[in-house]
Amino acid sequence: MTGDDAILREFIAESRENLDQLDRDLVALEAAPGSRELLDRAFRAVHTLKGTCGFLGFPRLEGVAHAAEGLLARLREEGGGSDAPASRRAIAGALLATVDAVRTMLDRIERDRTDGDEDHARLIASLSALAKPRRRGRAVAPARAPRPALARREPPPPADETPARAEASLRIDVTLLDRLMNLVGELVVARNQILQVVTAGEWRRMPAAAQRLDHITSRLQDELMRTRMQPIGIAWSALPRLVRDVAADAGKEVRLELEGGETELDKTVIEAIRDPLTHLVRNAVDHGIEPPAARAAAGKPRAGRLRLHASHQGGQVRLEIADDGAGLSIERIRRRALERGLVARDRAPSLSDQEWIELVFQPGFSTAERVTRVSGRGVGMDVVRTNVERIGGTIAIESREGRGTTLRITIPLTLAIVPALVVSDGGERYAIPQLGLLETVRLEGPSGRRRIESFGGAPVFRRRGALLPLVSLRRVLDTPPLGDPEAAVHVVVVQAEGRVFGLLVDQVHDAFEIVVKPLGEAQRLGVFAGVTVLGDGKVCLILDLPGLARQAGISAAPVDPAAAAAAAVPEAAAPAERLLLAQVRPDWPVAIPLDGVLRLEEIQPGALERPGGREVVRYRGAILPLLRLAAALDPARETAAPRGPLHVVILERDGDPVGVVVEEVLDIVEQAITLDTGSRRRGVRGSAVIRGRVTDLVDLDEVLAPAVAGGGSR
Amino acid sequence: MSAPRRLCTFALDGLLYGIEVDRVVEVVRGPEFTRLPLAPPVVRGLVNLRGRIVSVIELRRCLGLEERATREAPVHIVVAHGDDAVSLLVDAVGDVMQVDLELEPPPDTLRGRARDFLEGAYPLAGRLLHVLDLDRTLDAAHA
Repeated sequence: MTGDDAILREFIAESRENLDQLDRDLVALEAAPGSRELLDRAFRAVHTLKGTCGFLGFPRLEGVAHAAEGLLARLREEGGGSDAPASRRAIAGALLATVDAVRTMLDRIERDRTDGDEDHARLIASLSALAKPRRRGRAVAPARAPRPALARREPPPPADETPARAEASLRIDVTLLDRLMNLVGELVVARNQILQVVTAGEWRRMPAAAQRLDHITSRLQDELMRTRMQPIGIAWSALPRLVRDVAADAGKEVRLELEGGETELDKTVIEAIRDPLTHLVRNAVDHGIEPPAARAAAGKPRAGRLRLHASHQGGQVRLEIADDGAGLSIERIRRRALERGLVARDRAPSLSDQEWIELVFQPGFSTAERVTRVSGRGVGMDVVRTNVERIGGTIAIESREGRGTTLRITIPLTLAIVPALVVSDGGERYAIPQLGLLETVRLEGPSGRRRIESFGGAPVFRRRGALLPLVSLRRVLDTPPLGDPEAAVHVVVVQAEGRVFGLLVDQVHDAFEIVVKPLGEAQRLGVFAGVTVLGDGKVCLILDLPGLARQAGISAAPVDPAAAAAAAVPEAAAPAERLLLAQVRPDWPVAIPLDGVLRLEEIQPGALERPGGREVVRYRGAILPLLRLAAALDPARETAAPRGPLHVVILERDGDPVGVVVEEVLDIVEQAITLDTGSRRRGVRGSAVIRGRVTDLVDLDEVLAPAVAGGGSR
Repeated sequence: MSAPRRLCTFALDGLLYGIEVDRVVEVVRGPEFTRLPLAPPVVRGLVNLRGRIVSVIELRRCLGLEERATREAPVHIVVAHGDDAVSLLVDAVGDVMQVDLELEPPPDTLRGRARDFLEGAYPLAGRLLHVLDLDRTLDAAHA
């Protein structure tokens, strides 16, 4: 790599950053033309660009920047704000077109180191015309400012195309880098200690050395993860511009509100969410928000409101995109769904409003452009959902006719470490990301096998009255059969592409937190999301559930809303809750909200320590306070000390982990629950029937309050 | 006269082969690898090399040779390929040799895959050292 290359790369990266800022400033400037600060900043950005590309020798880029600088200089001299609204729009349009042109040239420079052969004469002419000092009484002819290209950009490509250019470089806080350096230093010391132990044969010093290594590794992992964290504001930096362009194009007025832009998440997640987000925002402006006149007639303010809100919630990020537009027309959805055969006519009367609304996520709900114009929302919503699910997220929609639409997206903080269930089939282990996991069912012996029925040759399984299509992992992956055909099989019930199906595997192992690594070439096989290395050092493939569903023909099959609705939305009125099922005693099942659960661990009783009467265990380099759930919920009754390892649910509590000891972890379910609060008591929110058993729903706030108060580890 | 070449030698189906020593990252014996379903047959699976995930390529299959007898444990030669690394399964690893001879092109009678993937051979005393065109072999394996 030559020095020139490095300078060029730096120039491109920095210019792109500046252009993003310039985009926002120009949109803001259009609304507040008098702002000296915005004008100065925009001028400086363009000036710097002009200077640098003159130095690097990109004459065309320099020419465009020069013309834009001239216009900004005039605005600065006049203090801005003196132009008529029409001319202001033209100015903003021309400057934004400049930004687009510069971006195109930067892409070109990155590709083949020239700034292209287009001379952008029209753009320069219109910039120069606008830059002429304004004469009184006559606005400068806007000279047909070229329309910004963004408004015509196509919707995001389908999920299976390669993702957009990902940023290849990253800015890191130097103090963070220093901490990483220090940790690596400590790591080297720990390694030397271990080597010394091994060469000298002083094995009694091994536990201490191993513990030290463990401690440093977890800290290193945490800190390293932090280098990848970025504010989500990066993903929506382009939105003000997008909203402006789309609104101007559609003759709408839209006020964009962005809240929680500082919410941090992994940069790969930010890259992955950018396209779906853009699509949803465009949809909201294009189809959701009504034209000003229609709004006024409906008694709403002329300008529509589009609000984006991001926040952290239980190890995940919640994104809300809400507009106060027309909302979805159930009547129209109904007509279209029946027209396209998405819903059988005899089923139509039994569908609830929410079930109708959910149909917009179905592939094939709307495909032709002709339809999108009248449809309101619906274009490519299936693509949006696929993209969100691809990164282990979920998306839900809520809409009220005449009042607006809200989309709620939940995405993981990071794609680099995910909780996953490890299963094995045909002698190999596979990891299934927990986010797509609903439950597992074990079918033992010949009688269990008989529960797998053949539906015209396709295996199905009766799950609470509904037929669940089964996919044999072995058949999809084309691996040779192995072992005892009479052995138990497991049905892992998963959800992907909006469909619920069962995956047939030989064995279900434990849930782990796995570190996801990219698969390179093999990612193209379409059924693996990546790989991870398990505790024994062997590579384990991570299943890509949406890909698997497609491979197995699940999502290409004609849509059967009856089965999908029965399986995915048991009770459409109540939102599904994700719960961890456990038992505190053999006859006493409890459910813990999965949101707060960090991971599940087994801890050997020998590792327990009891300073000052409370139970703690050393865990990942910190002290983990433990709470026996049975004793907390029912202090009166003595619980027999269990033999064997303790099953510990690690929860996050005010940023610190807390371990809750249960007798056994049963499963994870996602279902809407009807809470019977008659049984409400200390530590229990009420009870509900889950999996046919009356189950107590644990109130974590109440249960954990004493554990944290008494168990502060600092 | 060509410049001397340093080749890492290995045995495959009774013949002696060599690849540029600069391309070799390391030689590993017996790490367990994970099968990669749906992959082309020459890709035997994936192996973890200190946190780096590397594809395992069965060189016998690349060259259209017979399958290795199951009781013989193959040796992994990890080589650089572009920005990646790839592990090649061979029967046994030999010494690094410095060769100062003229490379003989494959005879016209050699047909099949081996012809595409061989640069040629050096006539050593007593036997031939076949030189593998690593990039062509690996590109074909990934296609």
